[in-house]
Amino acid sequence: MLSRRTLITSAAKLTLLAPFARIAGAMPNPNARFVLVILRGGLDGLAAVPAYGEGRYRDLRGPLALDPADTSNGVLKLDGLFGLHPALTQMHALYSAGELCVLHALATPYRERSHFDGQKVLEAGGIMPSTSAGGWLNRALTVLSEAGDERQGIALAASVPLVMRGPFSVTSWAPSRLPDADDDTLARVRELYDAVDPMLAGRLSEALQARELAGDAAAGQRMGGRGGQAVTPLVTAAARFLSADDGPRIAVIDVGGWDTHANQGAAQGQLANRLRALDQGLKSFKAELGARWADTSVLIVTEFGRTVAANGTRGTDHGTAGAAFMAGGAVAGGRVIADWPGLGSGDLHEGRDLRATLDMRSVFKSVLSRQFGIDDSMLDEHVFPGSKAARPLEALLKA
Amino acid sequence: MQSQESAIAANRFGLGARPSDARQIGTDAPGWLKAQLDAAVAIKHNVGRPPGSAVTLKQATELRLARQQLQRRQAASDVPLEIDPDMLREYAQFIARRYRDEVGRRSTQAITTDQPFVERLLHFWANHFAISVDKQPLAALPVQYEDEAIRPHLTGNFRDLLMAVEKHPAMLLYLDNQASLGPNSTAARAARRRRGRELGLNENLAREILELHTLGVHGGYDQHDVTELAKVITGWSIGGDQGRLRGGGAPGEFHFRPLMHEPGAKTVLGRRYTESGLEEGEQVLSDLAAHPSTARHLATKLARHFVADEPPPRLVERLAAIYLDNDAELLPVYEALIDAEESWQAPLAKYKTPQDFVISTYRALEHTPDNPQQLIGIMTQLGQRPLAPGSPAGWPDTAAHWDGGDALLKRIEWATIIGQAAGKQIDPRALAGALLGPIASAASLASIRRAESGAQGLTLLLAAPEFQRR
Repeated sequence: MLSRRTLITSAAKLTLLAPFARIAGAMPNPNARFVLVILRGGLDGLAAVPAYGEGRYRDLRGPLALDPADTSNGVLKLDGLFGLHPALTQMHALYSAGELCVLHALATPYRERSHFDGQKVLEAGGIMPSTSAGGWLNRALTVLSEAGDERQGIALAASVPLVMRGPFSVTSWAPSRLPDADDDTLARVRELYDAVDPMLAGRLSEALQARELAGDAAAGQRMGGRGGQAVTPLVTAAARFLSADDGPRIAVIDVGGWDTHANQGAAQGQLANRLRALDQGLKSFKAELGARWADTSVLIVTEFGRTVAANGTRGTDHGTAGAAFMAGGAVAGGRVIADWPGLGSGDLHEGRDLRATLDMRSVFKSVLSRQFGIDDSMLDEHVFPGSKAARPLEALLKA
Repeated sequence: MQSQESAIAANRFGLGARPSDARQIGTDAPGWLKAQLDAAVAIKHNVGRPPGSAVTLKQATELRLARQQLQRRQAASDVPLEIDPDMLREYAQFIARRYRDEVGRRSTQAITTDQPFVERLLHFWANHFAISVDKQPLAALPVQYEDEAIRPHLTGNFRDLLMAVEKHPAMLLYLDNQASLGPNSTAARAARRRRGRELGLNENLAREILELHTLGVHGGYDQHDVTELAKVITGWSIGGDQGRLRGGGAPGEFHFRPLMHEPGAKTVLGRRYTESGLEEGEQVLSDLAAHPSTARHLATKLARHFVADEPPPRLVERLAAIYLDNDAELLPVYEALIDAEESWQAPLAKYKTPQDFVISTYRALEHTPDNPQQLIGIMTQLGQRPLAPGSPAGWPDTAAHWDGGDALLKRIEWATIIGQAAGKQIDPRALAGALLGPIASAASLASIRRAESGAQGLTLLLAAPEFQRR
């Protein structure tokens, strides 16, 4: 728990630093938009972005190996070493158009193999799986607001994921099939919460704001798919929120279903279906966002990669480094960013996982510094405490 | 009118007060809870009964294979075959029907039970040993799993509970152990010879046993222990499926397959286990149940569930010590929880999950929905599709996960619907007193009193901060 005292201290410190929260030199884009997509369960990075050019690739992957580029249902070629999974046709088109970067062999600082701790490290933005300080996006939003930018963050989920949780107020929105409550009843509930329960009062007022922003277009929209797992309804809603001039600038979306321990499939199968849904979602997002796409970056990450070799049940177990995607008009795309560690037996982490050569926080920091202009020292010490060694990537985003 | 103690017993320990509960509970709220435990000990039902889930699994497998055959015939044919579309849909329909029935059975039990504390314990352990119905064919049998593996051991020894869960086909299927193969097992070597195929371990179940079911994530194990435990439990499988699992054992029941078992001694947490087939895994589970990290992990989760998101450390220590002193017996731990001063503090500290909120609403109204689909619909909307946590960690047990604004607004919207449906027949002021007693704040009572109608009054009661918590 964040005690009241530390909360006040950190707020005071922020106010003090606020005038320096902007970087000198290149001005940040006041229209910048950012979407963080978290794939929960551990995306198999070598399935999404196969290193098909590696000699050992086919042997290690066994039943999961994809066919070479230029064969039917083969990988979609990125370069001589890497390709994209054949389900990722939209991403491939974005890559060719210079609007998608593929990142590989990256990981958070977490080196164990628990989903739950892995996600905590990814979202809390530190080194340990701690939830007490909230999420790094919430700290980033606090910094931006201290610098005078009051536009909000939004979680496209019924509850706010850890990455956006914290003292700074954010909104949440999820598709609903329930009829609206009448205004009089709502007003009475608000009055009651205002009187006795500041926490619920705050949550309710955030939710009402989000409803207003979502507007009629979102009202009554059907919840696509089971358990709200469908990607397209969430990303199109995100696009509607982000395209408003006075709406939120930063959104987070959760997509589950990536924990493929058994029968994950190769060119076809359960993982291929998930990837296809993600790929289509990105297309819908771009279409819905319209002109604002030029100012936007979408970062798709997961808590860890999976074992390089297939396991005994044609799936993969929890691993270490994996792949990520960065798409959008603001992205300097058409490149694979990877300090490739190789798949040789001596190259693997603990003899089984892809070794991490890039700290995921470097990617997060690139977005916050280059797109939103948050000062590097603020990022090193406050947003991602103790992350000085993880430098922002140069030229991930367009100048 | 409820006293504070009886309101806490019914709402925090139970699944939500019913208007008549205060009379039942009387003046001895802790005694009311302990009597429920005694009754549960006396029942011990389902033990030794042939498992219903085996029948369900067998049916599901048959329907799945029939569908597969039809699809293969269709794929192999050059001309479209005349296949009745209903036959292709039969498997999915079977699963969907079973899921509705299971949710209906579970929620009816929760809404109507006179032992709501025992039922909450069932929900607690079912969530601790979570399976998720978004993996097929588990949607056909989640409650059968609870009734067979968990309910009989609720008031027994954690060792037996653990053993029953890890051997249950639902858990084996959920965490992919049924086909996990010792790399040097007879079956793996045969596959290598015959087809040149490399088959082997799946470490999913082993990892979650250590991380989620027993020691906890910081309980002092490493990757080596995970791999070794995965080897220990190779062969823990189910009977009579197809492919690698063809034959051997009754269809749909736990079956140990020696040919899949990794031979040789294994070392888990520094202790060496000599090769002894099925018993090897039983020995490891027994040792894990008695491990101090397990005691601490379970004590933390119980205290978090019944007392506060950040459980008082002294209470956790006390519960863990009692667990160890009593060799993993659960009853003394529950009794200590009931006797703990920390358990009876007001104001209510736990924010209700959507399940808590929906079940407690129906208990308050003493009404069971006619169609389980209603319940599935609303709980999905509120962010907790029944029995579908989507992860072996189960549903989170802290407010931070459930108190999102959008979810709160949806609770209010649903409370509006319920108010309109039921508010005319009841007096919401009297109901507030009967459910919450002195826990209801003056502001909530005033708001309910000033409501323009019975419907609005009931909505305000359900939306009140005290009803949103337990």
